[in-house]
Order: sequence, then C-alpha cells, then structure tokens
Amino acid sequence: MRLEARESVSAFWRIGAPILAVASAMAICSGLIIWGGASPLAAWALLVKGALGSTFALTETLTRATPLIFTGLAAAVAFRAKLWNIGGEGQLYVGACVATWLGTGLVTMPAWLMIPFLFLAGALAGGLFLLLPTWLKTHLKADEVVTTLLLNFVVLLAVNWLVFGPWKDPMAMGWPQAAPVIDQAMLPVLVPKSSLHLGFVLALACAGLVWWMMRFTVWGFEIRAVGASLTASTFAGMPVQATIVRTALLSGGLAAMAGVSELCGVKGYLTLDLSPGFGYSGIVVAMLASLHPLGVVLSAIFIAVVYIGADSMSRAITISNYIADVTTAVSLLTVLLAMFLTRYRIRWK
Amino acid sequence: MSTTPLLRLTGITKHFGPLKANDDISLTLEKGEMLALLGENGAGKTTLMSILFGHYVADSGTVEVLGRPLPHGSPRAALEAGVGMVHQHFTLAGNMTVLENIMLGTEPLWGFRRNSARALAKLGALMDRFQLRVDPFAMVRSLSVGERQRVEILKVLYRDARILILDEPTAVLTPQESAHLFATLRELVGQGVSVIFITHKLREVMAASDRCVVLRHGRVVMEERTDRTSAEDLARAMVGASIPQATRTPHAPGDEVLFLDRISLSAPDRGPALTELSMSVRAHEILGIAGVSGNGQALLADLLSGLATPQGGSVILRGQAMDRPTPAGMIRAGVGRVPDDRTGTGLVADMSVMENLSTEVYRMPGFSKRGMLNFRALASRAAQLMDVFDIRCAGPGAPVRKLSGGNMQKLIMARVLSQGPHLILANQPTWGLDVGATAAVHQHLLDAARRGAGVVLISEDLDELFQLSDRIQVMYQGRLSQAQDTATVDRAQLGLMMSGQNMRGAA
Repeated sequence: MRLEARESVSAFWRIGAPILAVASAMAICSGLIIWGGASPLAAWALLVKGALGSTFALTETLTRATPLIFTGLAAAVAFRAKLWNIGGEGQLYVGACVATWLGTGLVTMPAWLMIPFLFLAGALAGGLFLLLPTWLKTHLKADEVVTTLLLNFVVLLAVNWLVFGPWKDPMAMGWPQAAPVIDQAMLPVLVPKSSLHLGFVLALACAGLVWWMMRFTVWGFEIRAVGASLTASTFAGMPVQATIVRTALLSGGLAAMAGVSELCGVKGYLTLDLSPGFGYSGIVVAMLASLHPLGVVLSAIFIAVVYIGADSMSRAITISNYIADVTTAVSLLTVLLAMFLTRYRIRWK
Repeated sequence: MSTTPLLRLTGITKHFGPLKANDDISLTLEKGEMLALLGENGAGKTTLMSILFGHYVADSGTVEVLGRPLPHGSPRAALEAGVGMVHQHFTLAGNMTVLENIMLGTEPLWGFRRNSARALAKLGALMDRFQLRVDPFAMVRSLSVGERQRVEILKVLYRDARILILDEPTAVLTPQESAHLFATLRELVGQGVSVIFITHKLREVMAASDRCVVLRHGRVVMEERTDRTSAEDLARAMVGASIPQATRTPHAPGDEVLFLDRISLSAPDRGPALTELSMSVRAHEILGIAGVSGNGQALLADLLSGLATPQGGSVILRGQAMDRPTPAGMIRAGVGRVPDDRTGTGLVADMSVMENLSTEVYRMPGFSKRGMLNFRALASRAAQLMDVFDIRCAGPGAPVRKLSGGNMQKLIMARVLSQGPHLILANQPTWGLDVGATAAVHQHLLDAARRGAGVVLISEDLDELFQLSDRIQVMYQGRLSQAQDTATVDRAQLGLMMSGQNMRGAA
C-alpha cells in the first residue's frame, strides 16, 4: 500500500468531502443505535428536532455553540502558526477567574463599559497566561503540547482552592462557588425567555475579525508564513519571535473570552463545572473546520447540535446521550480521513 | 545479439497525472557492461530507475532479468534478482560500524544472535575481490564521503547484486574521488558486474561508459556506443537544441562591497567551524567559492544571510560593520540572498507565488499601511516580476509547491534582484536545474554584476565557477584558500585543494 499526492483537488470535493465524512460518521453511529435497540432514523430525527426543532431548542444550541466558537478560534489561530496550544481549558478558567475577581464588586461601571472591560481584562490575562509556555517553547525548546496541557490542571486546582477557600460565597449554603458577578456584568439576553446571550454575537464578531486579520493584515500574513515554514520565514527576515508572541496573546485571549462569556452569560458565578471541557472541544472544532475561522462557527454549531440534540433524544428513547460523544469523535476521525484522502490517493500494491 | 541480455526493459510508460515521466522506454544491459543514463532533470532518469528497482509501478511495460520478468512494485524481488541501487543521498546509519551497516536488513528479524564472523569473512572476500577497502569496524560517521559511497557499493555487492545502479554518484565527490570511483566501477565491470550510472556530466560519460542512453521528456532520444559519439552530440541530444551559454565579460572591479575580517563562527550540525576566515568582494565582481559541500559553506551562507552571528571578527558591508546581523538587517543593507535549499529555506512552499514574492518587502511603505497589506500593490508587483523573470505557473495565486525547480529559482532571483542588491549570495544557485533554467540564472547573476553588484557564488560545479567567476577561492574544513584569478587557475590544482592538499596560503 502506498500514497500518492493528488495533483489538484476540485472545489466540489473540497466542500463535499467533509459533508460526506459527517454523513458516514452518522452511518457508523447508526450501528450503535441499532445495537441499543432503537431505529436510527427516528433517533437522528429526534436529535435534529431536539437541537433545532423549536425556538427554545435553537437558542439552547447557539448558547452551547458560543464558548465552542471562542475556544475553536483559539485553537485555529494557534495551530495555524504551529503553536500547539492544548491549554484552552486553562485559559478559559483564567478568563473566568479574572472576570470573577473584577466583576463581583471590585469594579463597578455601567453595563456598556463593564462588559467590554471584563472581556478585555479576561482576554489579556488568558493571553499572558499562554505566554509562559510560549516563552518556554521559544527559549528552552520545551514542548508546548505538554506544558499547556499540564497548566490546565494547575489552573483547575487553583480554581478549586479559590472556590473552596478565599472566594467561597458565604451565601451559597456551603456549595463550592464564588460570589455572583454584579448585574452590570451580566450579558443581556438576546431572545426573551431563553439563555442565548450577547456572547454569541461577540463570538461571531471575533470569528469575522480573526478571518479578516488572517487574510488582510501584516500580522495575519506573518502568522500564516511562520506556521507554514518557520525556516523560510526566519530566512525572509520576518519578526518570527514577535509573531509567535502575538499568536499566543491572541489564542489565549480568545480562549479566555469563552470563560468570561460563560461566566457572565450563563452561570453568573464561578464554579468548578463552568466548562465541561470546552477548551478541549475547541481543538476538535478547529480541526473539523480545517482551521478556517469562519468554518469554526459552522463546526461549533454542528457539535452543539449533536450534544443538545442527543440530550433531548436520550430523554425520548432508550439511547444514552453518550452517543453525542461517539458521534463527535467519529466525525473528527472521518473528517480528518476525508481531508487526507482529498490530498492523497491510496494505491494498493 | 542472440543471447538473452542480463537486463531488458521493454516499453516502460509511467504517468504522473498529466505528466508523462516515462514514455515507451526500452533498453538492455549486457553482462559486464557500463551504461550511462543521461538526461536533464525531469527527463525521467530517476523515475525509470525507480521502476526498475520496484519503488514505482509502471503503467505499462516489463522488466526482465535474464529473461525472467520481475513482478511490479517489489523492491524485494528486484534485490533477489540481483539489482542493487546506490542512492544519491546515502542511506547509512552514522552511529553504527561499517560491518553493522552492511549487515542491516540481511539478518532475520527475530534472530537473537548475529553471525558477524561469517559476514566479516564474506565482506573481506568482497573487498579483496573488488579492491574496495574500508575498515569494517570504523564508525560510519567518521568516514569521508568517498568512503561512505564505497560502503554503499559494498552493501549492494554483499547482497549479491549483479546489476549496480548509481544515481548521480559523483555529485558529492571531489574530482580525485570521482576518478577513484570510476576505477572501482571498471574493476567491477571487469569481473562481470553490470553498472548503470545516472548523470548529467558529459565528461564522465565520455571517460567511463561503454554505452550511453540519453533521455529527454521521458523518451529515449539517443542510444549509442560511447566511442562512436562525442560530448557535443550528447549535449545536443540532451537539450534538444543548443542553448546559448551565458558568457562573462570582465569588468573593472569597483569599490569593496563586502569585507569579512577574520571571522570565527561555529554552530552545531552546520559543518566545520569557520576559523579566522577573511574575504573581500568588490562591485562588478563574481567571487567563486569552490569546494566539496560540508566544508563550511553552510556557515558562510548563514553568515551572509544574517542567520548566524560570528563569535569573532567582523562583517563589513560597504564600509559599515554589521554587529549583530539578522536576515532583515542584511536585506536592508542591500544583501540579496539565494539559498541552496529552495523549498525549505528560500520559499514557503504552501503559500502562493505572490505571497512568496512579497515575503521580503511586505512591511515596506507602499506594500502595507498601518498593519494592512496593500494587496493591489503586491499583486501588481508580482505580476510584473512574473513577467520580467519569466516565472511560469498557473497564476500569482498558485502554490509554490507546484512550481518546477527552475521556476522556484526564478522566483527567488526575482525577489532578490527586484530590490537592487549591492551584494548577492548565491549558494548552489543552479543545483538540480535544467539547462535552460541554469542559463537564465547565470545570465541574471552576470547582469547583476554588470550593474554593479558583488556576487559570492558558492558552487560545487567547477564548470559553473569557471564560466562565471572572476576569482575563485577553495573552501576546505572551514578555511579559504587564497583567491586565484579564473583566467590563470589550473583545474587539477583546484581539485587537489578541494581534497585538502596544497591549500597554499590558506587564510
């Protein structure tokens, strides 16, 4: 068996391959649904209906997609520069911590100032937090996959200490949670009686901005060049170190914005289950989107549909909502395989 | 001839997409014959040999050894039939001994003991029989390039090869080592081994081969006994027409544009350290740096590219000392850099032609403003350069990865020359290029010198150095010989200096 690079890939397959891949992932998962004793068609119909079938379902789905867009962008930007930031989860909590610190009464401003202030402060903290592993990478050649991943646990333990210790809310009847953020810090709801909040619009705006930056600006050009070839960018005299630092600030900042958005948009107070792994899911989101900033929006919504829909489906029939995890995982594998096969063909013998 | 030839290729055709790499090629090889396979880059030589050796599967056609067809796409079957290949880039493990390298792959995978004694006896017999001497217990990394090649040949003979294929065997050798190699090959042929060597150097073909086959655009365009042909005929067959060669018209040298003053520089994995190296280049002058690669050329190129800061000495560009050279600083100071590694260092292969033409200028006024790229300016500059430098590609948006080597080099030349450099570093600028692209690169360098640039031309190709340089210096183990005027220097003497002898006045 050998691989041969394809000469060119038509636009049809470039778009069609990922769609086909997701379809085949669903076909594979249908096997599990049959095994579980239900009709796959009914199950998928319930899933789609549960995620998109009503205004309420739709708003739930978009609410779930919001942090995924932020963390997906964080991974997409960093991976484009070949900065393997696996620490989105940690940066998310750093953002949430800073928003808690500033937002629970330390600073009081009208909402139109308070919200941007918290997002900027959180983003700055998240970006600076990613600078440490980045510095270790550029100066000591420490593998950032390891350092960013391990820092996630450091941050989680720190949050653990904060919510059980100094930040514990005495009004929370003993639950390990910090005090709620002040009203001015809460993100306004977009659709009445739903949980969809301003964070979704901010996430969309960030996706657009990141796309614009990558495509039209000097910094974006440098990020793409450094990621595509560090050697050639260095040779061409590009500011490689500055580019990597900028990428880290941007990526960490975007991940931290997911934390601010969840804190001020959904929960209102810091707990240890603020994020069910949005930082890690962001990597999947970015990979499904082939690191394209606008694609990140679509793949984040896709994953949100699967999770929200699976919850609703599992309430209606006997299939466990773990099918969402399986579907996402299988989709990632099939999409990666499809992207690979659009670039190479396999020859047997 | 009525007897079955040792090797017969019949009607080999191989497509890569729309490209016909091999088009109905047939050739034969007799026992004890030395066949030269000639052709430009991209003529299909390597593809043909890869099919013979089973790395590629031909679309049609057969390979027969002594009348028995070889199965397609099986290197193992080729090895068992006695076909052995010495690649241009050696495939030896540096941290193992010669004997261990030769035994690699011949032992059963799950054996617990290695039968070194028997292997040593067999190797010793081979060395006696073919007059190929290497210390079996020496570590490969301590061997010279010529010795490593001998190990590669022994490795193939150890597997009882009757047909030896060598891909560009002299590319990394000094003239003396090349002569030694061909003496060895004659010895092999004398004892009944058949040899195919791939080359584009006509001198070697005329001196060594019994018969030659010329490929062009994937077809056999000429097949002749070597004593019935001439270098001129072969050149014409290779190119298809005679290409005018760029010729040098000497100019009075101008002011000094580069002075290296007792540079000391070492870096891990970049070859021998530069020690007290001094060098001077003047405007209108092309200074040729001869030498076998791996003698410090990489560090010299790094230094002039701004990638390395010397530990001692100073770099003076047009009277200005560069204290901490950086790539951007060198570009600003008017140094145009043509690296030896086009796809890895010179170009971002996954980016477009336009983007690659922009990588050194996008921050300059006019091409970006307040952090925004000025696409219109960059695109019109790219279009103009593609036109002037004859860069052939699908368009400014085409990824550089898809360009031919010649067009890649034209792109780099365009990027360099469009900035009007005072000094040009050209490191192996025509390596792997076909005759047409080579002539274009040569002409660009000569034109730049005529306009007043100083050129440092690092090359392993003596012909190229003689054709272009005003003066030549030989680099050996991080040192430079005294500069010699090209008009008076003796080729044989340069060869000796390249192997470290007679480094008269080494500075």
